Amino acid sequence: MSILVDQHTRVVVQGITGSEGTFHTQQMIDYGTKVVAGVTPGKGGLQYKGSDQFPFQKSVPVFNTVADAVKNEGVNASVIFVPASFASDAIMEAAEAGVPLIVTITEGIPARDMVKVYAYLLNNGTRMIGPNCPGIITPGQCKIGIMPGFIHRPGRVGIISRSGTLTYEAVWQITELGLGQSTCIGIGGDPIVGTRFVDALRLFKDDGDTDAVVIIGEIGGTAEEEAAAYVEKEFQIPVIGFIAGRTAPPGRRMGHAGAIISGGKGTANEKIKVMREAGIHVVDSPALIGETVKNVLGRTGKSRFQRDKRRSLSTKQ
Amino acid sequence: MKIHEYQAKKILKQFGVAVPNGGVAFSDDEAVKTAEGIGGSTWVVKAQIHAGGRGKGGGVKIAKNFDEVRQIASQMLGMKLVTHQTGPDGKIVKRVLIEQGISIARELYIGITLDRSRSQNVVMASTEGGVEIEKVAAATPEKILKEYVNPMIGFREFQARKLAFGLCMSGDAFKNGVKFLMALYKTYEETDASLAEINPLVVTADGQVLALDAKMNFDDNALFRHPDILAMRDLDEEEPLEIEASKYNLSYIKLDGNVGCMVNGAGLAMATMDIIKLAGGEPANFLDVGGGASVETVSNGFKIILSDSKVKAILINIFGGIVRCDRVANGVVEAVKKVRVTVPVVVRLEGTNAKEAREILANSGLNFSVVTSLQDATEKVTQAIKN
Repeated sequence: MSILVDQHTRVVVQGITGSEGTFHTQQMIDYGTKVVAGVTPGKGGLQYKGSDQFPFQKSVPVFNTVADAVKNEGVNASVIFVPASFASDAIMEAAEAGVPLIVTITEGIPARDMVKVYAYLLNNGTRMIGPNCPGIITPGQCKIGIMPGFIHRPGRVGIISRSGTLTYEAVWQITELGLGQSTCIGIGGDPIVGTRFVDALRLFKDDGDTDAVVIIGEIGGTAEEEAAAYVEKEFQIPVIGFIAGRTAPPGRRMGHAGAIISGGKGTANEKIKVMREAGIHVVDSPALIGETVKNVLGRTGKSRFQRDKRRSLSTKQ
Repeated sequence: MKIHEYQAKKILKQFGVAVPNGGVAFSDDEAVKTAEGIGGSTWVVKAQIHAGGRGKGGGVKIAKNFDEVRQIASQMLGMKLVTHQTGPDGKIVKRVLIEQGISIARELYIGITLDRSRSQNVVMASTEGGVEIEKVAAATPEKILKEYVNPMIGFREFQARKLAFGLCMSGDAFKNGVKFLMALYKTYEETDASLAEINPLVVTADGQVLALDAKMNFDDNALFRHPDILAMRDLDEEEPLEIEASKYNLSYIKLDGNVGCMVNGAGLAMATMDIIKLAGGEPANFLDVGGGASVETVSNGFKIILSDSKVKAILINIFGGIVRCDRVANGVVEAVKKVRVTVPVVVRLEGTNAKEAREILANSGLNFSVVTSLQDATEKVTQAIKN
């Protein structure tokens, strides 16, 4: 039905009493996400009802530590809204407490901190999405993050993206065409992210209910090239792609910490070329993402079952 | 953030990395005084700009006496230095570095940066110093030695030894090379650098190992922990409009095109630039106004975009998620009334309350081209620049 999050996901919000934490907790609860706990050190014991401006439908118990939240509320996912200078500590606290999925919204975490966090999470077997990302959503079931819920619609297209609003754009185009999304993951715009395109593709591979995957990349790094290599070798589901930043000048950081062409590497044209060679349907204009998804799905048939059957038939011939 | 060579060398010296004796000068008098302080009989005068390829552009010269130091310094200060990295406009030289002349036995390369595909730092070394390392990497990748740094244990001495042996160092040079590598990594780590590049690293006939050139970039996200490094920022090296934009907390990058754009979100902003290009225009800028897009941010955005006289049209592209489009529309209307906007404005608002937003724009009495889809936006921009 989806990957990583669904109606059984029980979420703890780290930094729940801050202004961002409060607003987005309200939004997540309204969407139907099971927000079962919050963590703000020193405010343990509080039944938080939100602020005057952003009141919650129901109060959320606040704990001093993530470990307490896990013990008392059985949380299995965390979302982090704490400021950049404290974020790496918050991530490691969640991992140490045994939370299997951490979604880090915070932007601006120093790379030196993230190098350590990444190694620690890898060692711990914890999956993290982000940092500097909009989060993850399985439409109709669970929204963890800051994306507007209403643009999504339950369906069979998976989305993986390094961007925020550009992802909303793609989601909206797909929804407007009467299709929907299985799960959308904003993997984040930083040079070091917990879940890369390849990691997310591996998860979609085993999701029987995703018929197509959209990859929205941008300049900088080689994550799109790695994804292309994986798609070519091991991924059977059709992939549609867009790379932002064809017109971006080299050596300049385009808003996202990771969006930079350095030493002539990480250009959009290079990524597009490699992705096309791997059989990914790369669109030139972001206006055509939805339409292309629809066309590709129309060509390949709507369910993976049919596609698999066709493939096996063609092998026999 | 980028800094000058002389600033990088100052930081490196503090961490025990061997650098030639030298000092910065802002005038020819200072240049001579600095040379006198260094002593010796040969000096190198190096133009300080944030771009590579200075040697080929005439930004690095050798002086054999104090008169030559004065002559070269006065010639360099104020000159327009054009290199392959500055673009055709070049950069005005406002500071020079005066250094002792070094007798070079070998020129090598060392660079430390983040390897994004491994999420680890990598220390690279090559015997091919003094040339563009990208060319070495493309033509003869086997000539670049790499040691990845496990963040759990840090950069270890055995790794420094491996690299030093790989660089065919021996005797005193080997000992000094290992010491150099360890100190350079410590500098990189403790200053939150995103790049520490020594090209060339030189070995002298008597086994000294020195950073003849030094380039350091720093992680903008970590500057809050390094006020001393932040103080090294040289505003002369930055685009005036970008400095202006940063005062308003706008993420703006100036480009050379004719269509300005204002977008919420970095990815969508890049995609919007690409759309302008597909529409037959050239983007004049990157501008992410962030999630809020209030009257104030939009007004400031207009001011910045319109300060660029090449701009012939403006495309506003806002995807309203959490931020409501009707609010953005009100902001745009007020901003246009406040700032005299003289070029056609194409507005594309989609998402939350987009319909109300379009009505606000249509009823404002102002001359907007209001569009719904990105495809329509492309067409309207094409029309706008044709007229």
